[in-house]
Amino acid sequence: MSVTISIKNAKKKYGDVTVIPDLTIEIRDKEFFTLLGPSGCGKTTLLRMIAGFNTVEGGDFYFDDRRINDMEVSKRNIGMVFQNYAIFPHYTVRQNVEFGLKNRKLPKAEVRNSAAEFLELMQISEFKDRMPERLSGGQQQRVALARALVIKPDVLLMDEPLSNLDAKLRMEMRQAIRNLQREVGITTVYVTHDQEEAMAISDRIAVMRDGVIQHIGTPQEIYHRPKNVFVASFIGRTNLIDAEYVASGKTVRTGEYELPLPVTGGDEDCPVVLSVRPEDFQMGADASEGIKSTVVDSVFLGLNTHYYVELPNRQTIEIIHESVMENSFKTGDTVYLSIKTEKINVFSQDGARNLLHDV
Amino acid sequence: MTSDRANRKTVDVWSLVTLVVLVLYGLFLVYPLVNLFAQAVIDKESGRFTLSYFHRFFSKPYYFNTLLNSFKVTFSVTILTVTLATPLAYFFARFRIHGKSFVRILIVLSSMSAPFVGAYSWILLLGRSGVITTFFASFLGIHIPSIYGFAGILIVLTLQLYPLIFLYVSGALKNVDNSLLEASDNLGCSGLKRFLVIVVPLIVPTLFAGGLLVFMRALADFGTPMLIGEGYRTFPVTIFNEFISETGGDDGFAAAISIIAIVITTFVFLAQRYLSTRKSFTMNSMNKIRPVEAKGAAKFFIHLYTYLVVGLSIMPQVYIFYTSFKRVHGTTFVPGYSFQSYVDAFSKVGRTITNTLIIPGQSLIVILILAALIAYITVRRRNIFTGIADSVSMVPYIIPGSVIGITLLIAFDKPPIILSGTMLIMIIGLVLRRLPYTIRSSAATLQQIPLNIEEAALSLGSSKLKAFYKITMPMMAAGIVAGAILSWVTMISELSTAILLYVGRTKTLTVEIYTQIIRGNYGIAAALATILAVLTVLSLLVFNRISRGGDISM
Repeated sequence: MSVTISIKNAKKKYGDVTVIPDLTIEIRDKEFFTLLGPSGCGKTTLLRMIAGFNTVEGGDFYFDDRRINDMEVSKRNIGMVFQNYAIFPHYTVRQNVEFGLKNRKLPKAEVRNSAAEFLELMQISEFKDRMPERLSGGQQQRVALARALVIKPDVLLMDEPLSNLDAKLRMEMRQAIRNLQREVGITTVYVTHDQEEAMAISDRIAVMRDGVIQHIGTPQEIYHRPKNVFVASFIGRTNLIDAEYVASGKTVRTGEYELPLPVTGGDEDCPVVLSVRPEDFQMGADASEGIKSTVVDSVFLGLNTHYYVELPNRQTIEIIHESVMENSFKTGDTVYLSIKTEKINVFSQDGARNLLHDV
Repeated sequence: MTSDRANRKTVDVWSLVTLVVLVLYGLFLVYPLVNLFAQAVIDKESGRFTLSYFHRFFSKPYYFNTLLNSFKVTFSVTILTVTLATPLAYFFARFRIHGKSFVRILIVLSSMSAPFVGAYSWILLLGRSGVITTFFASFLGIHIPSIYGFAGILIVLTLQLYPLIFLYVSGALKNVDNSLLEASDNLGCSGLKRFLVIVVPLIVPTLFAGGLLVFMRALADFGTPMLIGEGYRTFPVTIFNEFISETGGDDGFAAAISIIAIVITTFVFLAQRYLSTRKSFTMNSMNKIRPVEAKGAAKFFIHLYTYLVVGLSIMPQVYIFYTSFKRVHGTTFVPGYSFQSYVDAFSKVGRTITNTLIIPGQSLIVILILAALIAYITVRRRNIFTGIADSVSMVPYIIPGSVIGITLLIAFDKPPIILSGTMLIMIIGLVLRRLPYTIRSSAATLQQIPLNIEEAALSLGSSKLKAFYKITMPMMAAGIVAGAILSWVTMISELSTAILLYVGRTKTLTVEIYTQIIRGNYGIAAALATILAVLTVLSLLVFNRISRGGDISM
C-alpha cells in the first residue's frame, strides 16, 4: 500500500552544524519525486531521515497519518536502493531477494513465489543462484531493485542508484526504473545530482541548496520558469545578463535593446538579471536589429556549434546554434543578437525572485 | 512521544554491549591495575603511602641493572631484526627466489614456536657440551665463543622475531607502486641506492610498527633469558624471581617493578606513535612490484642470504624434532633412535595436552566474540564510551605478559574475588593479551564493509542484532577467524603469563616443556616440543585454508 509522505519543519544538525534548517514538503501518493541538488545540499541527508538512518533534530515526518519519527527502520516498511547497491555478498541473488520476506516471517511457499515473481519482473531469473560478485553493475542494480520492491514497501527510496553505471546503461536503467515505478504504483523518493536524469524520470522535482528547497515543480516548470537564479543555472545552462527594469513602459532593457515583458516590477526603475538559455538567441550578420556583439570564440560539437560572444557591456555569453555547412561565424565577426522573449526569465538583482513568476 | 526522541538515537542493543564490555574491562583490567598500583605504593604493615619499593629498586644496582640489561637486549634485537628482515622482504618482493613459497612457510614456522624452545635447542647445538661446540673442539680444535648471556639471548630472539618484521614489510611493499621504482631507475637511482633512498623511507611507518611489536615481545620474553641468559638477568626474570620467592608475603616490590615496566613500555609506545605518524605517506599501488630474475653475483648473494637466514632460524626446530627420536638414558642422549621419549612424555604429561587445547580453546571463543563486538562498537558506534572501550582494550598491548600474570594474581588472590589457581584466571590472562590484536584485525576487516549493507538489512525489516549476526558477522568472519587462528598459535606457545598463573591442574604444554628442560629431561622436552610444533603446523594449515593464502599479520 503506497502512502503520502508529509514532512513538516524538518531540522537536521550534525553537532553544531545545521544541515537542514527548516524543511516542509509533501510527496504525493504514487508520485515519482526527485530531490535534486549539488553535492552537500542535504538531499541524501533528507532521504536518510525518511528512511530512519539519520536522527531527526526537529519537525515531523508522516507516512499518511502515521508519525514515523521514532519508528525503527525495520518497522517503516520502506524499500531502499543504495548508491553502491549494498547487495549481501555472502548470499546468492535469490537469497538476497528473499531476505526481506523472511524477516517478515512469511510462509515458505509465499517467500519463494514472491521472490520468483520479482526476479522475473527484473529479468534476473537466470542468475538467481549466482553469487553477487559474478554479476555486472547493471545486474546488481536489478537485484537491488527486486530486493527493495519484493517486500511490497509503502515507499521506495533511491539514493543516486545510477551513478555507478556507464552512460549507456544509465539511460537504459532509468527508463526501466520509470516503467517499473508506474507498474508497481509506489510513492518513490529519488536522489540525484544529475539534472538531466531528474527531468527524464520525475513527476516532480525539488531543487535543493544548503538544506533549503529552492523550487518544487514538474520538470517543465522548473526548466522554463525557475524560481530563482540558482535553479535557472543548475537546471540546464543559462546566460545571466545585467539589465534594467523600466517602470514607465514595463519593459526590460539591456544596453540599447529593449524587451517588452510582463514583469511584476514596481513603479520605479531598478536593475534586474536577465536569464537567457544559450539556445534562445538568434544570431545574424545583418544590422537590421539586435544587440551588436563580437564573436570571441567558437567550439564545433557536430550537431551544434557553441559560440562565445561579447556583449557591448563586456559580458561574455554562450550561444548554441545548430551547425551549418557554410557561413558559420568566425572569431572576430560582428553579429547582431535577438532574444526569443517567450522563453526568457527575469530575476531581481539579488537573484532570489523570478519577476515573471507571479504574472 | 516527543520526549523520548533524544533517547532513541543513543540507547539500543549496542549501548548494552558497550556497557558489558566496559564492565568486563573494569573488572578484569582496570581493577587489577589499580590494585597493582596500590600494592606498589602502600606499605602493607602500616597501610600508609610509601615509595620504599621504588627506592629499593633504583638504589640497588642488582635490580636496576636488570633494567639496563633488558634495554640493551631489546634495542639490539629490534635493530638487528629490522636490518635482517627488511632486505629479506625486499628480495622476496623484488626477485625470483628458488623455493620461495616453501621458504616463506619456514619463516612463518620459525616465528611460531615458543622462544625458550629455540633457546633450549641452541644450547643443545652451541652450548658447553653442544653438538657443534664439541664437533669444532674435538675435530678442528676451534673453541666457539660462549652462547650464554647477552649474545645467546640476542641470537635466539633475533632469529625468533625477525619474521614479524618480514611479514610487516612484505605487507607494506605490496602498497609500493612499481612505477615508483621504475621512475627512480629512470632518474638514475637504482640497485642498493634505490632501496635505501626510495624504498626504505616509504616503509618507515611499517618499520616503526613492526619494530614496536618486536620490542614488546623481546622485552617481555621470560623463557629465553631464563634458560640461556645465565648471569645476564633481564627484568622479566627478576619480576618472576621476586614474585615467586615472595608469594604469600610481600607483593609490593613485584608490583613496583611491574609499574616501572608499564611506565617504560608506555613511553616507548607513545614515542613510536609520535614518530610513525610524522613519517607516514598515503600510498595506493596500481601495479604491484613484480619479482624479476636477478643476475650474476647478485642472484648468488640473494639466494645465499635468504637460505642462510632462514636456515639458521629453522635449525633449532629441526634439531628438536631430531632429538625427540633419539635414545635417552637417564637425562642424556645416547646413540640410537627410539620412540621412548614420546612414550615417557605421554605417560608423564597427564592433563597438559588437553589443557593446551582447552584453555586456549575457550580463550579463543571468548576472544572471537569480544573482538567482533568491540570492533563493531568502536568502528560503527563512535562515542565517548566506545572510545574508552577502544583505548582500554589496547592497554594490554603494552603490558608485558609476566606483568599481566602478576597483576591478575595479586588482584584475584584475595576477596572479594578469588580466582587464583583456576582455569578461568588463565583464560582471562590469555584473552587480555590477545584481544588487542584480534580487535585490530577485526576492526580493519569491518572498515572494508560498507555501512550501507547493514542499512539495507534494516530497511528490509531486520532488527539491529539480526543485521549484525546475519549480515555483518558472516562478512567479517574470514578476517576474524584468520586472525583468531594466529592468536591461537600464539596462545598455545605462551609461557610468560602461564608460568605465573598455572597450578598442577592447569599446567599447559609450554609450562611442562619448560619444567622438563629445567629438570634435565631433554628427551621428554623434545618430544613435547615436537607435539607443540605439530599442533602449530596443523593450525597454520587451517589458517591457509580459511584465509585462502592471505597474509599473516600479527
